[in-house]
Amino acid sequence: MRTIMAIVEVVDETALELAHAARSLGEVHLTAAVFGAEDAGCAELARYFDRVVNFPLSPGAVFDAEHAAAALTPWLAAEQPFLILLSHTNNGLDLAPLLAARLDLPMLADCLELGLRDEQLTAVRTLYAGKVHARVVADAKGGALATLRPGAFDGDEAIDRGGRIETAAVPPGPPARRRLLETVAAEAGSVDITQAEILVAVGRGIEEQENLEIVQSLAAALDAEVACTRPIVDKNWLPKSRQVGTSGQSVSPKVYLAIGVSGSFQHLGGVKGKPFLVAINQDAAAPIFAVADVGVVGDLFDLVPLLEEKIRARKG
Amino acid sequence: MNIIVCIKRVADTSEAEIVIQRGGQGLEEEDFAWGINEWDNFAVEAAVQLKEQHGGVVTAMTLGGEDDEEVLRRALAMGCDEAVHLCDEAFAGADAWGIAKALAAAVRGRSYDLLLCGAVSGDAGGGQVGGFLAGLLDLPLVALATCLEVGSGNGGTGGVARVRHEVESGLERVVEVDLPAVVTVQTGINEPRYVSIRGIRKVAGAEVQVLDGAALGLQAAELGSAGARVRLEELFLPPRGEGAEVLEGSDEEIVQRLVEMLHQRGGL
Ligand SMILES: Cc1cc2nc3c(=O)[nH]c(=O)nc-3n(C[C@H](O)[C@H](O)[C@H](O)COP(=O)(O)OP(=O)(O)OC[C@H]3O[C@@H](n4cnc5c(N)ncnc54)[C@H](O)[C@@H]3O)c2cc1C
Ligand SMILES: Cc1cc2nc3c(=O)[nH]c(=O)nc-3n(C[C@H](O)[C@H](O)[C@H](O)COP(=O)(O)OP(=O)(O)OC[C@H]3O[C@@H](n4cnc5c(N)ncnc54)[C@H](O)[C@@H]3O)c2cc1C
Repeated sequence: MRTIMAIVEVVDETALELAHAARSLGEVHLTAAVFGAEDAGCAELARYFDRVVNFPLSPGAVFDAEHAAAALTPWLAAEQPFLILLSHTNNGLDLAPLLAARLDLPMLADCLELGLRDEQLTAVRTLYAGKVHARVVADAKGGALATLRPGAFDGDEAIDRGGRIETAAVPPGPPARRRLLETVAAEAGSVDITQAEILVAVGRGIEEQENLEIVQSLAAALDAEVACTRPIVDKNWLPKSRQVGTSGQSVSPKVYLAIGVSGSFQHLGGVKGKPFLVAINQDAAAPIFAVADVGVVGDLFDLVPLLEEKIRARKG
Repeated sequence: MNIIVCIKRVADTSEAEIVIQRGGQGLEEEDFAWGINEWDNFAVEAAVQLKEQHGGVVTAMTLGGEDDEEVLRRALAMGCDEAVHLCDEAFAGADAWGIAKALAAAVRGRSYDLLLCGAVSGDAGGGQVGGFLAGLLDLPLVALATCLEVGSGNGGTGGVARVRHEVESGLERVVEVDLPAVVTVQTGINEPRYVSIRGIRKVAGAEVQVLDGAALGLQAAELGSAGARVRLEELFLPPRGEGAEVLEGSDEEIVQRLVEMLHQRGGL
């Protein structure tokens, strides 16, 4: 039977997605390698995985990619799994390519679908922020590594597999070349967009900082808060506390109006709870339209002021 | 403080219509606007700022076709001192692994404290090349840097950098990393300087070192599609799925419908 190793940073939904993707490849023996998990976390994983290997962390330590790569490389080299799976998260970006290079394995990054054809691993991945999809293939005869986009796979169902739980013996390695100094939480902003029922999210389509005014004024008419994509924060046009996405806030409003937003998975990763999603974008092929409930293809500079006017008129 | 920064020329397709060529192996590129990968622009700025503070030499490096030289000129105009173009027809069809191997071959033997990459590229966006380089060169890696400071470092003989980088759940970590190291740069780390046409013209005469596969000591089997571990089978347009209900009509009619819908869905 083929063995698959899932590298699990924390015990959460992404771990179940790795399990589900692995099981979809056929009869497999599935191991989870996890770092510094509590007993309860290991027990939870053992419901989905045939084997759970816990890599202990020294007291107070947190998951660290450099440390994980050092611990995992010799272990994986000895275990020789058919496939190694990780999530395409920030920690995944820090760990997966390093691991693939050290183990000299082919790597498929940020996969939306995964398949097996004889000894070949196939995947669907995105190009140009989702405007194009590509089917790619890697020869997996000598093993392979793939990272999966969070949320792209279903989570595995809880069948109690009664997995065996082990603690890995990590031999002391050379001194770490990268050392953690501190963890910094995101600055709390003056507004809390996570509490808003209506969000008007603005993206790079707004072009200039001065133009933000039309969006702010629409938000005021809707009693909504203004949210934004990352490039708007990168330019310092709006504070970080208004950024929605995997490196910003997670929000779950009732209504989400996305204006000049292309709909990258990092942005949409922060939009939870299935709001009524309206997208205004001049590009009919923008990925945002694949997930929006209602789309308007057109120029935001015409549509936004008109929308504000009609809303104010209706409110009287 | 010597720095090598790896940059890539990519197409910005956010305004372009996507037409897939017959056979599914490429895109019609006539309408594309080309430029430096967004993340790499921040990486070049970070490199130049460090040089301005600490002195040293910044080398910009790209692997690509002849047209890709334009991003090297742009990097020179931003303040990079040297430019290296890995250019060989045999590189065509290279995957991220092949690109990293060629870059690693070009980097070996140079003196550097930091090897900077973008965190991901705007086209294929696998976010792999930086990590591959760290693995191939046996260097420590820090991905997704949002702040980068160096204590010391002179030509690869030690020193440390302090790097803030993004991890999960909106958290960031500050790490100290031994130099030389690979750092991949996240957008927003700085405000990249403006590059004027005049600035580009000024560096028109600057030398760009061109290296082919043979100069890098790479065998034909390692280059381009021959050495690729990941092969493209087919490009296709994403399935629309359920997709949005697209409102049609005049702007006036569309907006009126939208107001009604927002009202029904509790948005008013
Ligand atoms: C590790 C990582 C984490 C990230 N985290 C986040 C995150 O938390 N949040 C986030 O948002 N991004 C994040 N990103 C960035 C993300 O990949 C995208 O680059 C970003 O979301 C794009 O923002 P945008 O939609 O505003 O810009 P673009 O993708 O440039 O889209 C702009 C859109 O505006 C449209 N447009 C232009 N002009 C008009 C007009 N006049 N009228 C109507 N429409 C118009 C265009 O058609 C286009 O679709 C992250 C990236 C990485 C690598
Ligand atoms: C139409 C199309 C077809 C493709 N076909 C294939 C294919 O058949 N097989 C395949 O494996 N891949 C294919 N690709 C992907 C392409 O080869 C990738 O650009 C390559 O794999 C690099 O990976 P990446 O873009 O994910 O880089 P990332 O790892 O996301 O890039 C991160 C950073 O690495 C550095 N970097 C990346 N590329 C370069 C470079 N050329 N020069 C200097 N620095 C660089 C930059 O600093 C960049 O910011 C295709 C892409 C497109 C758009």
